[in-house]
This record gives sequence, structure tokens and C-alpha cells, in this order.
Amino acid sequence: MPQTPAVTFSAVTRHFGPVKAVDGVDLTVAEGAFFAMLGPSGSGKTTCLRLISGFERPDHGAIHIFGQDVSAVPPHLRNVNTVFQDYALFPHLSVLDNVAYGLMVKGMGKAQRLAKAEAMLDLVKLADYGARKPAQLSGGQRQRVALARALVNEPKVLLLDEPLGALDLKLREAMQDELKALQRRLGLTFIFVTHDQGEALSMADSLAVFDKGKIAQIGTPAQIYTQPATRFVADFVGSSNLLPPALTQALGGPAQWASLRPEALRLADSGPISGVVQSHRYLGTGTRISLTLHGTDLAAFLPAGSPVPAEGSRVTLTFAPEALHLLGDAP
Amino acid sequence: MSPAIFAATTIASRLTGVFWRHPKLLLGLLLAPPLLWLGMIYLGSLAALLVQSFYSFDDFSGLVVPEFTLTTYAKLASPANLSIILRTLLMALAVTLASAIIAFPVAYYAARYARGRWKAVFYLGVMLPLWSSYLVKVYAFKLILAKEGIVTWAASATHTDWLLNAALALPFVGGASLSSSYLGTFIVFCYVWLPYMILPMQAAIERVPLGLLEASSDLGANARQTFWTVTLPLALPGVIAGSIFTFSLTLGDYIIPQIIGTSASFIGMAVYQLQGTAGNVPLAAAFAVIPILIMLAYLTLARKAGAFDAL
Repeated sequence: MPQTPAVTFSAVTRHFGPVKAVDGVDLTVAEGAFFAMLGPSGSGKTTCLRLISGFERPDHGAIHIFGQDVSAVPPHLRNVNTVFQDYALFPHLSVLDNVAYGLMVKGMGKAQRLAKAEAMLDLVKLADYGARKPAQLSGGQRQRVALARALVNEPKVLLLDEPLGALDLKLREAMQDELKALQRRLGLTFIFVTHDQGEALSMADSLAVFDKGKIAQIGTPAQIYTQPATRFVADFVGSSNLLPPALTQALGGPAQWASLRPEALRLADSGPISGVVQSHRYLGTGTRISLTLHGTDLAAFLPAGSPVPAEGSRVTLTFAPEALHLLGDAP
Repeated sequence: MSPAIFAATTIASRLTGVFWRHPKLLLGLLLAPPLLWLGMIYLGSLAALLVQSFYSFDDFSGLVVPEFTLTTYAKLASPANLSIILRTLLMALAVTLASAIIAFPVAYYAARYARGRWKAVFYLGVMLPLWSSYLVKVYAFKLILAKEGIVTWAASATHTDWLLNAALALPFVGGASLSSSYLGTFIVFCYVWLPYMILPMQAAIERVPLGLLEASSDLGANARQTFWTVTLPLALPGVIAGSIFTFSLTLGDYIIPQIIGTSASFIGMAVYQLQGTAGNVPLAAAFAVIPILIMLAYLTLARKAGAFDAL
């Protein structure tokens, strides 16, 4: 029996004056999925998130949460909770009272809600921090309090608005693992918004790439990375060489735009790509070199351990034929 | 080839260097004048006042007896003086409460909904009364509230004089006319202090981040719950700040009760009369200490009630 999807958008549009922040978006998020909305600033992903939580209302189209139309439902009546980008913790309440807030407004008794809040703080590994005020916590700790505050209400859908943006790299990676583990454990539907494609690829079960208010592509991270649909997706998700139709033809493909990932290129004695190395960049995991072919800049990623050609020397590169991925853009 | 270090050519440039090397020097120079003012003129005069209140006044010779005694404070406990203190305290409380209730919607609207030009209009509207003379405003109200004044005329024109008469018939606060009753004094106090209540409140409400209101709504709170659990606690320091103005200004005022109201005395009037022709400076000083004590008690209570927690 097919499960009711957690969230469905049907031709949703939202204008801000003449600008279409969200332009005819259709999307389905399965129950229990970890869904990511990825895109640059201004692409409409945060607006979509706010449409789900109720802080924006669509101008056209319909939004369904677990099969129910929520167009007329105000935010406080939706069983959806948000972890805000700046956490939005209440400065005048203690950490414990912050976490218990959602239960308090629903009328739960003091002892019961404080117990639940304690349990939730334990889950996010902040068991002894209940008496502190948000101002006394570090960024990572505040983020976990915001998470606990949202989760304690057992929402059907949890929305996360660029939750890891303010954290440093190490902490961000640790939190990514924690969030993923938490979601698996609780079985909730998580929808999160990010502009960091690495984060989206590593955490999501499925993701949607937004471009100027429309969805450019939806799929699993692997699908989106290896088979980008358009130039925008190929360039935004991971870095890629975008080959104009003439160059694709020169490399043995049809006269169409194509994408070739830098890591798919490798040094060879003979191959279709030949040029002078213009620059090097050492990345630890390998070296990125760039060269020009038929007027297009190409980048190749040579893993650590492979010989690195000197700047100015001539190199020959080859690639497996299936690595040349044709894009859907008009030539 | 430009030098690594530039030479300090002007005096301003050299002074900047001095202050950079001795940061506390600049702080000291900036703080010294206001601290001197605070210390000598304000605290000093308060101290002189306090000292005077421990002296006594000889009614027969009309001279101040500069010996430490508590008899002056004991005089405050006489029924007549106690009633003065109580009357002033009750008026201050009533004015503060009423001003807070009137000011809050105005401040809330201005903070949350007024944008651009309307915000300027708001500020102008609230501050305009402050540009006119205090005495002019009070005397104007005397005319407005008089038996032959505009309020009576408007009441009879709209057939609401029964309302006006009912108000005037109220025991204790009513009277022959608005301008000769406690009700009138109360109205004028509220009018005059309202800007001082609105502005701090509006500033405090504005400072409540919108993100917090969204967060509370996201967690299931309806508008009323968000107001009581988020907006009000965070705006409370501003409300208290406004109430300090109205409370202390009413406690000390001696002009409005003289011009509008019954001939009953308020603390301010008592101080004025005692230190004037009577020359009874010790009793005047004792009276003047009372508002200070009341304000200290008020602030302590407010702090205990958690009004300043959000600061």
C-alpha cells in the first residue's frame, strides 16, 4: 500500500512583488526521508521551507502535509517544527524551559513537560545544561538546543533552515553525522535547506536542486552528481567541466552540452585531451590542474600518489566514455 | 619607496597615538566631567538634603536646629502628613498604570506595524506635546476641563453628560468639575507623562526579534500565548523604564496638583511650601526623601519580580 507522502507541493508559486521567489514548484517528499533542498541564495529553497511551516502562503498552487491541504492552516496549528538558521532560542528562558516551550503552550503539566525536555536534552547530549541560559552556550550547543526544542514536540515533519551554516568545519561534520543518526533513530521526515552541496550530497536520501525559483532536478545524490540534467546542476553540485557542443563533438560525442567531472580525467600516454598545464592547486587529497582546450578551460583532479605534471608542461588526458555525460540544455 | 611607519604630523594625530597607548586615559577624560557633575552637584546636593532631614525646625524662632535628631521624620507620621504621602503614592500608582495601559497599544503599533513615513509621523505625534511649555499645557487643560470648558460642552453636545456627571459623582476622586477633582489631576498627569511612557516601551518592543515570534508560533503558541510568554517578558524592561519616569515624575510634581484638582496637598507641594516662606527646610527635606525611598522599594520589587531578567 503506497504511503502518503510527507509533503507535496502542487504547482506552488509565491511572488514578492514582481519577483517569483517560487515559480510553479512540484515536489513530493516521502515519509521518513531525509530530504535536502539545495541551491544558491535567492533560489527559492528557504521560501519553500517557509511555505511548509506556514510563515509564507502560496499565491497559487496547493501544499499538502500527509495528504491534508494546509493552505488555510496557520503555523501554530501545523504539526511541523522548524530549526531556524539563527536558532531563535528564547533569551529570557533557561535551556530546559526553551526545550519544554512547545509542550507548555499545548498545556502539558510542569512535571511531565520538564521530564520530557530532560530526556530530549539527553538525546542531543546536553544533559546537564538545563539550567543555563542560551547566552551561556556555544554555537554548537545552541544548535542542539534548537534541535531538541523542535523534536520534543514529535512533529510529523522537521524543517531545518541551513542549520549547520554557523558552525566550523569539524563541528559541522560531527553534527552532520549526529543529525543523520538521529533521523534514522526517530524515523521522522527531515527536510533541510542548504547552499552547501557537499552537505546535501552526504546527508540526503533525496535532494532537489533549486535554480531561480524552479526545481532544476530532483533525485538521489548519486543520480544528481553522476547524471546532472542541466548545466546549472552540473556546475552547482560538485565542480564539473562544462563542454560546449563543439568541444563535445571534438571529444567523440554528439553536438550537445556535456559535463565531465575532473576526477574522471586521468593522465595517459595518448588520449583525446591534450594541452599545456596552466596552473596547479594542491588539495591534500590530490592535485587539481587546469588546461585549455579549444578555448574552454578544463580542470582535472589527479589523486594523491599520481605523478603531477609541472606548470607549463604538455599533458595528455583520457577518460572512460561513460564519464562524458550529456546535458539537457539547448545547444 | 613609501615608509613602513608614517610620521604623526598633526596634533590630532599625535593625540590619537597617546590615547591608543593609554586607553584608560581617554576613558578617564571622558568620564571625569559627568562623574564630577554627578558627584558634586547631584550626589552632593542629595547628601545635603539628607543631612538637613536629620535636623529639626524650631517653630518659635523659625530657625533650623542643626543637631542630629529623628523628630522630623517622626513628624512625617502625623495623620496630615501621612495623608499627603498616601495621596501622592496612590496618584502615582494610578497614573503609572493608566499610562502603561494607554501607551502599550500605541507603542506596540508603532514598533510592529509602522513603517517608513508612518514611523516618522508617529514619533512626531508623540513628541509634539513635549515641544510646548509645561505650564502652557497644564493651564490649557485647566480651561479644557473646567465646568464651562470644552469637555462639558462636548458631553452635552453628544448627550453623554450623564457619563461625565457619573464620573464626577464618584466618591473621593470626583468633584464639582473635572478641573477641581482628583480625576482631573489624574487626567492631566497621564497626558503630560504619556510620551515618557510610550517611547521606552516602543524601543523595547522593537528590540524583540521577529525570529523569536516566529519560533514561538512554530512551536504551537497562538498569538495570545506568544504575547504573554515572549513579547511581554522581553519588552518588560522597557515598560519598567517608562513606569519609572511616570512614577517618579508624579511623586515629585508640585505644579499640576496646584493648578488642577482639589486644594489637597501632594508631596511636591508640601516640599515647596515648607522650604519657601515657612523656612522649614528639615521637614521639606524629610518629605523629599520619601519619593527616593519609594522608588528604591519599587525598583527592588521589580527586580525581584524578574522584570530585568531579559536585560
